Amino acid sequence: MANDDIVARIEANPKYHELVRKRSSYSIIMSILMIIAYYGYILLIAFNKEWLGTPLAPGMVTTIGIPLGVGVIVFTIAITNVYVRKANSDFDDMSAEVIREANQK
Amino acid sequence: MISQSMRNALLLATGVLAAGAVFAAGADLGNTTKQATNWVAIAMFAIFVAVTLGITKWAAARTKSAADFYTAGGGITGFQNGLAIAGDYMSAASFLGISGLVFANGFDGLIFSIGWLVGWPVITFLMAERLRNLGKFTFADVAAYRFSQVPMRSFAATGSLVVVAFYMIAQMVGAGQLIKVLFGLEYTFAVVIVGVLMMCYVLFGGMTATTWVQIIKAIMLLTGATFMALAVLFQFGFNPEALFAKAVEVHSKHQAIMAPGALIKDPVSAISVGMALMFGTAGLPHILMRFFTVPSAKEARKSVGWATTWIGYFYILTFIIGFGAIVMLTQDPAAYYVPKMVDGVQAVGADGKPVWDGLRGGGNMAAIHLANAVGGNVFLGFISAVAFATILAVVAGLTLSGASAVSHDLYATVFKHGNADSTSELRVSKITTVCLGIVAVFLGIAFEKENVAYMVMLAFAIACSANFPVLFMSVLWKDCTTKGAVAGGVVGLVASVGLTVLSASVWEAVLKNPKGSAWFPYSSPALFSMTAAFLVIYLVSKMDNSEQAKRERALYPAQKVRSETGVGAATASGH
Repeated sequence: MANDDIVARIEANPKYHELVRKRSSYSIIMSILMIIAYYGYILLIAFNKEWLGTPLAPGMVTTIGIPLGVGVIVFTIAITNVYVRKANSDFDDMSAEVIREANQK
Repeated sequence: MISQSMRNALLLATGVLAAGAVFAAGADLGNTTKQATNWVAIAMFAIFVAVTLGITKWAAARTKSAADFYTAGGGITGFQNGLAIAGDYMSAASFLGISGLVFANGFDGLIFSIGWLVGWPVITFLMAERLRNLGKFTFADVAAYRFSQVPMRSFAATGSLVVVAFYMIAQMVGAGQLIKVLFGLEYTFAVVIVGVLMMCYVLFGGMTATTWVQIIKAIMLLTGATFMALAVLFQFGFNPEALFAKAVEVHSKHQAIMAPGALIKDPVSAISVGMALMFGTAGLPHILMRFFTVPSAKEARKSVGWATTWIGYFYILTFIIGFGAIVMLTQDPAAYYVPKMVDGVQAVGADGKPVWDGLRGGGNMAAIHLANAVGGNVFLGFISAVAFATILAVVAGLTLSGASAVSHDLYATVFKHGNADSTSELRVSKITTVCLGIVAVFLGIAFEKENVAYMVMLAFAIACSANFPVLFMSVLWKDCTTKGAVAGGVVGLVASVGLTVLSASVWEAVLKNPKGSAWFPYSSPALFSMTAAFLVIYLVSKMDNSEQAKRERALYPAQKVRSETGVGAATASGH
């Protein structure tokens, strides 16, 4: 199958390995950030409920935990879309180049 | 008599909402009491049914091959698929359950909704494009890519069907409970309506109809929830502090609703539940299947980007809706609350004011009552119809993924060894759809009086302990072998079900053993069962030195090239 040749040529192309390395480290870093944000929040609740229940300012009813919690939601949306944008532009360009080179030879 | 049964229903509903339980339970709809027949809601729902059946007719003309049936021919755009995924995920339980939890406990509802959202980035970063590049119709295509087909497909189909079954029972029972309060109709009636309509969508319109039902429902739910949240915020000049201040003033728990309560008991349960939600989402067959409906990895990524955005936005809305309900429903207690009766008359508190019990129809009705408070009877009808349509759409998605597991994985690959033609595969999917529809109706009726609170969480626990580790290791670890993957997956499946049975939510709540006798003390088995699955996959694969294992490892580089670049991936149409 001609497909096997293309796969072999892609495997031999250092640009392919660079793409995999870059994209993997990018997604691993993003995953770690997400895990820190979520488990950080959960562990804060488990170990320090009082602090999260402190009002933002004297006389207010809104507590520190509310903007932090909404912040985790907004962070989740943001980090997902940052990755999608980056992968759909830079990484896909690299990927397209690798495939083009494999088809040319 | 009536007040007694109402009291029981309320006790059940509030019992389910009692913080700790609900985190383990996964926003259950609890038991409900039948209300007066709501013709506006029924009419609104009838319109939804008419429109969606019209779409099904249109979709039926385009559903000719197995590819059309499973993946809508791969012709769905990223934006459309994002809405459909959001539609799959925003269930009636999350809309009514989370807003009800906020209504009862305030802050804790926020913790809950965050948990349901954090699985999405994980899917985006690790799974979405690889799924799209390696798979065709089901996640088993991906898991079994370089492995021995029969054992892998058998395992993956089992994992899919078990998850679908538990998720489905929870939805069917929820539908029956909801129709009593929303439309004032009988439980059995709801279960049959859902079963029949869902069968029509899937049978005739396949993935195309199912996707559009999800999209329409997602738009209706997002529009309705946005209107309610805006109406609440408008009253307070778009100042959340003013809303919270009023809620703290009128809520019986006062300032306590602004701080975390009893939802998170111990750190181990917190982490374990967090893992089930975070990684379980990436193992739900009806969600994973959606990645094959788009033409490319680029669109698959866009899908999750949009899905995460809509779902996160929706959870912020439910938080506002819950607080809005606290404030606005107490302004007219006679309309929304059940009077607390003592010796046949309403009790009067020390302050001379009448005393009220819980909400009419149960604690999960906060959002529904708020719809009436901000938009009157017509809007109430709209939101009720949306809530019911939501269940219908989710059940359709589940059925489709169950049917594809049977026809594509079991029939075409395990029994026919890949020699089934598209026509016969399609016929098997349709027969399976009818069977699943009948089974769903039967289970819905059988479980009417049962406590199903644990079932959605169990579905997530199985998805994260059986499906996710197998999928993850087969795609990302070169040394993984068939033996390792199947052994680890089976261990994860057995451990997650076994530990759930031994936990308080089944051992005490369902099997009626004495309180405190549960052998497994935590809210979710995920931390242990998922770790065990990964460990077994690792160890068994490492020890596997058979010729087959060597061949499977040798296939990894080619699989990786395809998963990373999409070279050779199934194309949009014309399979």
